[in-house]
Formats: sequence, C-alpha cells, structure tokens
Amino acid sequence: MATKSEPAVATSSHPGAASLVSIRSVAKHFGKNIVLRDISLEIAEGEFLTILGESGSGKTTLLRILAGFEHSTSGEVWMQGERLDTEPPYRRRVNTVFQHYALFPHMTVEQNVGYGLAIAKRPAAEIQSRVAEALAKVKMSACAKSKPSKISGGQQQRIALARALVNRPRLLLLDEPLSALDANLRRQMQVELKALQREVGITFIFVTHDQDEAMVMSDRIALLRSGELEQVASPREIYNRPATSYTAQFIGHTNLLHAEVRQGTATCSALKWPTSLPDGAALFSLRPECIRPATAASATGSPGNAATVRFRAKLRDQAFHGATELLRVESDGGLILTIRTASRDLPNSEAPLEFEISAADAIPVRASNSNSSSSSHSGSQSEGGV
Amino acid sequence: MFSRTYRTAITVPPLVWVAVFLLVPYLLMFCYSFWSVSESGTIAHSWNLDNYHELLTKPVYWQTLLRSMWIAARVMFFSMLLGYPLAYFLSFHAGGRKDLYYQLVIIPLWVSYLVRAYAWKTILGTDGVLNTLLQYVHLTSHPLDFLLYSPFAVVLTLTHIYTPFTFLPIYASLEHIPHNLVEASHDLGATPAQTFWRVIFPLSIPGVLAGATFAFVLSLGDFLAPLLLGGPSGIMISNIVVSLFGAAYNWPLGAAISLCMLALVLGLIFFSERLEKKWSFS
Repeated sequence: MATKSEPAVATSSHPGAASLVSIRSVAKHFGKNIVLRDISLEIAEGEFLTILGESGSGKTTLLRILAGFEHSTSGEVWMQGERLDTEPPYRRRVNTVFQHYALFPHMTVEQNVGYGLAIAKRPAAEIQSRVAEALAKVKMSACAKSKPSKISGGQQQRIALARALVNRPRLLLLDEPLSALDANLRRQMQVELKALQREVGITFIFVTHDQDEAMVMSDRIALLRSGELEQVASPREIYNRPATSYTAQFIGHTNLLHAEVRQGTATCSALKWPTSLPDGAALFSLRPECIRPATAASATGSPGNAATVRFRAKLRDQAFHGATELLRVESDGGLILTIRTASRDLPNSEAPLEFEISAADAIPVRASNSNSSSSSHSGSQSEGGV
Repeated sequence: MFSRTYRTAITVPPLVWVAVFLLVPYLLMFCYSFWSVSESGTIAHSWNLDNYHELLTKPVYWQTLLRSMWIAARVMFFSMLLGYPLAYFLSFHAGGRKDLYYQLVIIPLWVSYLVRAYAWKTILGTDGVLNTLLQYVHLTSHPLDFLLYSPFAVVLTLTHIYTPFTFLPIYASLEHIPHNLVEASHDLGATPAQTFWRVIFPLSIPGVLAGATFAFVLSLGDFLAPLLLGGPSGIMISNIVVSLFGAAYNWPLGAAISLCMLALVLGLIFFSERLEKKWSFS
C-alpha cells in the first residue's frame, strides 16, 4: 500500500524528439482525498499521448492541471523551459477539447471557431481566413453560419476541435472527446483524429477510459491507476510486455498465472514452463491468443523453440466473436484459462483437448498492489480479463 | 389517455376561476372606462371617449404617469445594479456557502411589505435613524428633509423591496450556464473580464430581462410606498387610481387609467418575452 512502486518508466519513446512538456512530481489532493500522487512524465514534441484509466483514476484531474483549471497540490509542470502551472489558463498556449464540447450556444459555428483569434485581437481578414481553413480541415465549412444547437453531436465535436486547433496551440488536450458519440462514428473519428494530429503536428494529450481507443490512436499510453502511473509505453509494448498484473488485465484480456518458480521452472497447476526468474512465487501474464490448440506436427516441438509447453484441458464454454472466439477451458489441475482462437467448430465432446503455449509468451508481471482499485483481485488462480 | 370526466374535472374549475375573478372584472372595467359620472353623482351608462380624452389632456394624469414610469425605471436600474452582482457572486464565487446566501436573500421576502416600508420611514424621517446619525457625526447641522416624503424615498424603498425579484431570475439564468463554457473561454485565451462580457453576460440576458420586467412592472403599479413615503412630490399613478375609485368617486376615469396601465404593462411583458426568447439557447 504505502510501498512506493518503482517509478514508472516515463522517458520519451522517441529519444531524438525534444521534450515539450515536463510533469514533475505532480500531486493533487482534494481535502483528504488523494487524486494524484507523484506523477512524473515527459511529453515529446509532436507526440500523441493517451492518458488511460478507469473513472476515478485521476486522468481528468491531470488534464485539468495541464489546462490550468486545477492547481496541483505539489509538483511542477514545465513547457519548453518555462513554468506552466503558475500561469492562468488564458495565458497558456494550450487548448482543450472538452468532453461535452462546450461550444458557446449564443455564437454561430464561425464565431465559436474564431473566438480565440478575436480575443487575441487578430485582424478580421486573418480571422476569417483561418476560421475558414480550420472549418475546411474538419469538413464543416457548410455549417459556418449555424448555431451549435442546430448541428449533431458529431458535428459539434468537429467544431470543438476546429475551435481549439485554429489557435495553433503548442499542446492540445482532449478530454474523452469521443465518449458521447455512437460506436461507428467513434471509430471513424478515431482514425480522423489520428490523421489530423499527424497532419498538424501538434502534441496531443488524449484522455480516455477506453483501452481500444488508446491502442488505436496513441504513440504512447500512460496508464493511470488510483492516481499513480502504472506504466508508460507504446501500445505494442504495453500490450506485449505489461509491467504489472493491473496493466496486463486492463489492456486487453489476459490469464494471470500465479506460479511457483523452482530452479528455472515455473509451475502453475498442471502447467510447467522454463523461466529465468529466481526461485519463489511469481506472477505471469499469458494472453488468450498465445494459447493454441496443439497440432500433430508440433508434437515434437518447433525447431529452435524447445520451450513449447503442452497441456490437456476440457472445454467449459465458448463465445463466438466473429473472426475469433473465446474459449474457457479447465486444465487437468483445475486451472481455468481463457483462450482466443480463430473461429472454427470444435468437437462437442467431453474429451479433453490438447493445447500448447510458448514459454516466452508467459510474461512475468509485478503484482499490482490492490490498494483501492476494485477491479483487480488476485485471489483465484487465474483470471481471464473481461 | 384520461377520461373525459377527469379532463373536465381538472380544467373547468381553473377556467371558472379565471373567468369570474379576472375576465369579468376586466370586462367591467373596460365598460366603465367608456361611461361617465352624471351631475347627480351616479354612473351614466352613455358610451363616450371622454375619460380617455381627459387622461390625455389634463397634465396631472399623464405627468403622474410619466413620473411613475421614471420612478419605475430608476427602481429597475438600481435593483439591477444590486441584483446582478449579487447573483453573479452567489453563482460563481460563493462556493459552499451558496445555499446559505441564497436563503439570506430570500428571507426578507417573508417580512410584510408594509413593515419594510415603515422601516424606511423610521430610518429616513426628520428624527429618524439616518438624520440623527448624520447630526451626531456633524455631517449636517439640521435634519435633511429630502430624505423622506420625496421620490428619492420611494425609489429607495422600492429598490430595497424589488431587488430580490430581480436577483432571482438573474441567479437562475447564471446557474444555468454550464461551467465548462467559462473554462472554454479561459482556455481560448479570454481573461475573466473578457469571459464575463462575451460569454457570461450574453447568456444571462434572459434573466436580466425577466428581472428588469419584474422590477419595472411591480414598481409602476405600486401605491403603498408613495402613499407612506412619497409625500406630494412622490405621488404615483396608482395613488390617483385609488383616489378616483374612492374619495373622488370617479370610477369611469379610474377604469380608463387602469386600462392604459394594463395595456402598457402587457406591451412591455410581450416585448420582453420576445427578447428573452431571442436570447435563450437551451
């Protein structure tokens, strides 16, 4: 609980890129309630960083500290060698796309988009051309004269984006901007938003609770849990090499294996596989897609991969997901595992089936302390992510 | 959906109420305004426009009406001046004490209007609290007599009484402004002052209009404050109507003046509602 987990790796994924924003040991307390503790993070120029977390993880608070709507209790935020967190929001070259868009209802779309430029007292001709350009970029030129109440949620979303981008901020903050859209529009906007970010080259910090969204869009994901950074890494790395059991479960589905290591061999129920970990208890994450039905050809083990482990298990249930399906199987020792396979018909019998895994796919993870999070309970032998 | 009997049962009583206590009296007033008082002192039911003619030609009537409007306009202005900042403070800066302050604004409304008007009388009178204090600190050597029995006293009292009525709609409209609009404005570079004039104030206009209408219309028709504190120079149009229906016994002329005021007030309300609609975006 109080044991401070080793600081999450927070260095930029692009070693060459200059750091734009530097968050240094930021903490936020609301009375006795600690919302953020000791957050340190470097954000690179031009990066698309997603702050991912459950509701109550502190992700929106962190964003609001960057925008200037909240003051951190301790710590500092720097942007390009200057203190950012001491400046009021209206002096920061940071713009925000709000969760519920926050368009000004008494202004037309055009006036909304031009608001920041008008405040900055830009010449009228410049405002007009930049607004037109921004509206064209989000494909909303046709609605320039409409009032926000007359356009759909998806369109309001685009206007909110244009209103922020037209000011050419150094940093754009997006607070769950897609959460109010329906699933199809949402997927479309994810792609568009990512493309737009590449095009304009502005650093995006995107807050979401949706791990799929985070994976699709981000250069890096900062996973926040109960006010602490759990892991900061690229989507591939965070999925393939989760550092903790919480990360492994939150990002995608996984099987958590509570194993006992003795002389280079990990044992969990009927499964045994080689490992380099020292003796003692250890926790492993095994992705459902890493468990394959065994084939006759692989019976002797693939060449160059001696560490293929086979085991027998009974099918408990099966859920069809289109291209893939999820199986729940029970191995000889009573270990329940979730398996993702390509869709196919399985023999509908009680006879045990044979499966295999590669030892390299069992990723050792650090047990996340279950201080306040309700979602991770490591009582059972294995947990399929939901 | 509902049975016919049920619908009849819930719609007829209010309709009857409105008819008997509103429409019929107005209709009577309307008729009276075209009648006259005969020399023998009875109402002569002969239709003519004499009352309206008298209203327009005799300076005492239209001048008093103009003075009443001028008093009402000042009350409207000063109660806005007090009510808006109060509502703004409560809505944006009162924090956890919001409900307490709100109650503090509302509580005076529970005190009888008469009591509050008399209170001002004791404050403003020649031997009143204010004059005594001013003499005690030697700001003046003799009592200031313009304080009581003057339009000033009427405007002051009515402002005190109607400020909560302007505060309430303004507060309601400020409370309806989503806080993220204020944040969005700051985010886009607007200072708090710029945010107020470009976002908060425009969005509170419906409340401002409703509050201004309340203060103006209620003050215009007021007769107690001028009666108690106005003196001869503070007479308002309602005092004339009261005396025409009473001691002067000229109901037809009183009815004509009342109908003119009614037309004026309805026109104002109609106009202000049109404007409110234009400025509401919810």
